[in-house]
Amino acid sequence: MAGQLLMGNEAIGLGAIHAGVRLVSGYPGTPSTEILETVAKNNTEGRIHVEWSVNEKAALEVAAGASYAGARTMVTMKQVGLNVASDPLMSLAYVGVKGGMVVVSADDPGPISSQTEQDTRHFGAFSKLPVFDPASPEEAYEMILDAFEYSERYKTPVLLRPTTRVCHGCASVEVREEDPRTGGAVCDDRGDKKEDTAGYGEPEGFVRDPGRWVIFPRLSYENHKKIEERNEKLSHIFSSYRFNTVQGGSGVKKGVAAGGVSYAYVKESISGDVPLLRVGTPHPFPEELARSFLEGLEEVLVFEELDPVIERSLLQVAGKYHIGVTVRGKLTHDTANAGENSVESVRRDLMSFGLETLREDLREAERRFGGNKEEGCGADSLKTPSLPVRPPVLCAGCPHRASFYAVKQAAKGRKAVFSGDIGCYTLGNAKPLDMVDTCLCMGADVTIAQGLHIVERDAVNFAFIGDSTFFASGITGVINAVYNRTDIVLVVLDNSTTAMTGHQPHPGTGRTMMGEVSQKVSIEKVLEGIGVEKIVKADPLKIEEAIDAVGQVMDETGVRAVIFKSPCIAVTKAETCYQVDEGACVSCRQCIRELGCPAIVACGGKVSIEPSLCCGCGVCAGICRFGAIQEVDHE
Amino acid sequence: MNKNCLLCGVGGQGVILASKLIAYAAMEKGMSVRTSETIGMAQRGGSVVSHVRIGEKTYSPMIPKGSADVLLAFEPAEAVRSLPYLKAGKEEGCVIVNRKAVQPVTAALGGKGYDGREMLDFLESRTQRLYVVDGEAICRKAGSAKTLNMALLGAAAASNALGISIEEMERQIRSRMKPQYQDMNLKALELGAEALLAL
Repeated sequence: MAGQLLMGNEAIGLGAIHAGVRLVSGYPGTPSTEILETVAKNNTEGRIHVEWSVNEKAALEVAAGASYAGARTMVTMKQVGLNVASDPLMSLAYVGVKGGMVVVSADDPGPISSQTEQDTRHFGAFSKLPVFDPASPEEAYEMILDAFEYSERYKTPVLLRPTTRVCHGCASVEVREEDPRTGGAVCDDRGDKKEDTAGYGEPEGFVRDPGRWVIFPRLSYENHKKIEERNEKLSHIFSSYRFNTVQGGSGVKKGVAAGGVSYAYVKESISGDVPLLRVGTPHPFPEELARSFLEGLEEVLVFEELDPVIERSLLQVAGKYHIGVTVRGKLTHDTANAGENSVESVRRDLMSFGLETLREDLREAERRFGGNKEEGCGADSLKTPSLPVRPPVLCAGCPHRASFYAVKQAAKGRKAVFSGDIGCYTLGNAKPLDMVDTCLCMGADVTIAQGLHIVERDAVNFAFIGDSTFFASGITGVINAVYNRTDIVLVVLDNSTTAMTGHQPHPGTGRTMMGEVSQKVSIEKVLEGIGVEKIVKADPLKIEEAIDAVGQVMDETGVRAVIFKSPCIAVTKAETCYQVDEGACVSCRQCIRELGCPAIVACGGKVSIEPSLCCGCGVCAGICRFGAIQEVDHE
Repeated sequence: MNKNCLLCGVGGQGVILASKLIAYAAMEKGMSVRTSETIGMAQRGGSVVSHVRIGEKTYSPMIPKGSADVLLAFEPAEAVRSLPYLKAGKEEGCVIVNRKAVQPVTAALGGKGYDGREMLDFLESRTQRLYVVDGEAICRKAGSAKTLNMALLGAAAASNALGISIEEMERQIRSRMKPQYQDMNLKALELGAEALLAL
């Protein structure tokens, strides 16, 4: 036993290793990315196959295959990734697995880095799979071990659903000792002993059994019945699961229920002996436990993020057993129905519920230092100076800035629509570039542009896509455009990495998560193979050449492609740096107005370049009409 | 004794690494730690905040407002933004802030930069234990703008508000950072501590 400072994602990754996982696949996505990276980093003997798959669907199918052959597997993704993987997931729920299989889908309340505030717990109910929902990194470690056990015992994939604050929070985690015989964790306190423990030791291999592995209507019907039976049984078993608990005293008429990180906020806020139900497995819902909690209470306030899943389940239990309790939460507007919870929001809601009062020291802090303005804590009376707004922006020196600038210049005066996609380059929407008119989901830039063009034939429809997104889900869209003879200009922003999520390799990089060198898949050759006839390549940092490249294809018909290739500045070392020559600069501010580079600052009417931020891309020097920006040696 | 330390700044300033080193130093002293960090899209030039909670019986990964013993701010406006986290009362938390303002693109586009001075004046008028550190000067002496986080860690250690000594911070730098950067970082740490003690 040893306490280690682990991020929730690291705890999940290590937990999977300690559970004897043999294959881990996934697609990067905040807040899930570090889980797979942790496994790769600790895979010192190469015993585990670790891969960034081309997308979540591929990842889940690869893992399913390995589970069929008896290996323990884990698949990692963010919540919107589960949408991509939902096709195999829904069917796999009917087929089941042999080796334990855990699908980790990380939710992002807020959202902080996502398109939606969707709730993976619904996917649990929808696909009829068990869902484990940790409240802290410590629990995430324990739950991933449990998840493998349950998966194997019931021969079903299970979902682990952490949220951002669990994924990216660190805590002192007690890690189990490894069992030297199996590489798995020693687990003696985990309920009844396993029988079909394929995940430990060598996997058995695939055993042919068409009645088990080939999905057919008849099999689905039979398995559907078994799944419903199993889930009823699991609901019963989960009522005594260690992370489904009831705490607090009796005789009190008001209680609180919570799940996920909201449970931590409640524990931080609550004083005294308030009855508290915490739900660690939102599906199948621990009905008996919930029933015993609700009986005798008059009112319950539910804290959970995203959707009112626990709240609805409690309403269902109360209705089913005719318990006269009022369930409050999102549905009754007693808690917020969007965004993250916090200690502050929980405390405020508890106060309205009549359970807590504000401590004097916190009251004083609010008075002196301000609280949440929306909480009406008198922050306005503080006369806080107006704070600078800091929206996320493309980094100084980012090649995407140059690419967007080049397209903007080339398309000047034309009727054009710019469809963007998911990645750092979504930030091209910010002023002054203002070059993202649409953004929907992975790969949709290519296809949205087609729909737009079909309705407005006189517009030039640009579709911007990054290299990793191209491989993940852009290719089918391009085939669609070629086949259906739609005119679009595809602009591939190839920075040779998956930048937004922290620089993961992908099929175009020629590196794998096993540390091997593989064949680089060429975007240009893929496009050629599909039948894109007009393809030009350019270095976006050579701005004249870049503008010219766009000009060459813009007026053609059919699918045309510009490949802008320049590596992400976060993974290359700056060799030079630029400075403003004060004598030559006329303060026209063209560089600021047109580029919006965070390294270019204006102070007291003077323009200067912050040397600690400049990466030496030279785009500003390229557009300055007065030659006032010059190269100097980097510090 | 529980300690809450809130670190705030702008993406790219090294806030996360600084919070990690504080957490490791506390762990090495046998204390439990809980942290929360900003990772992902907001990192790109946005406001970033790291919460470090040291001690038993913490649940929330984030410091509740009004409970921070130390506010370690890499930028004046970010200190003001995070001020509601500071503890008030007899044991008011201390604010250690880097003097230099970081101009956001929005300010440059708007035509007028914002003035860090105004932020520092506000902090001065509101708080009782304010330390303004000239991080830029320290970085120049240490040899790299990337050592700002070490300078501020040095100041935090010297303030004694965290219960972590300068020697304990040094040990973390020696054991966890690449050898080629150690001397530079240790120097910045020391200069940061000196700067605070000279105030």
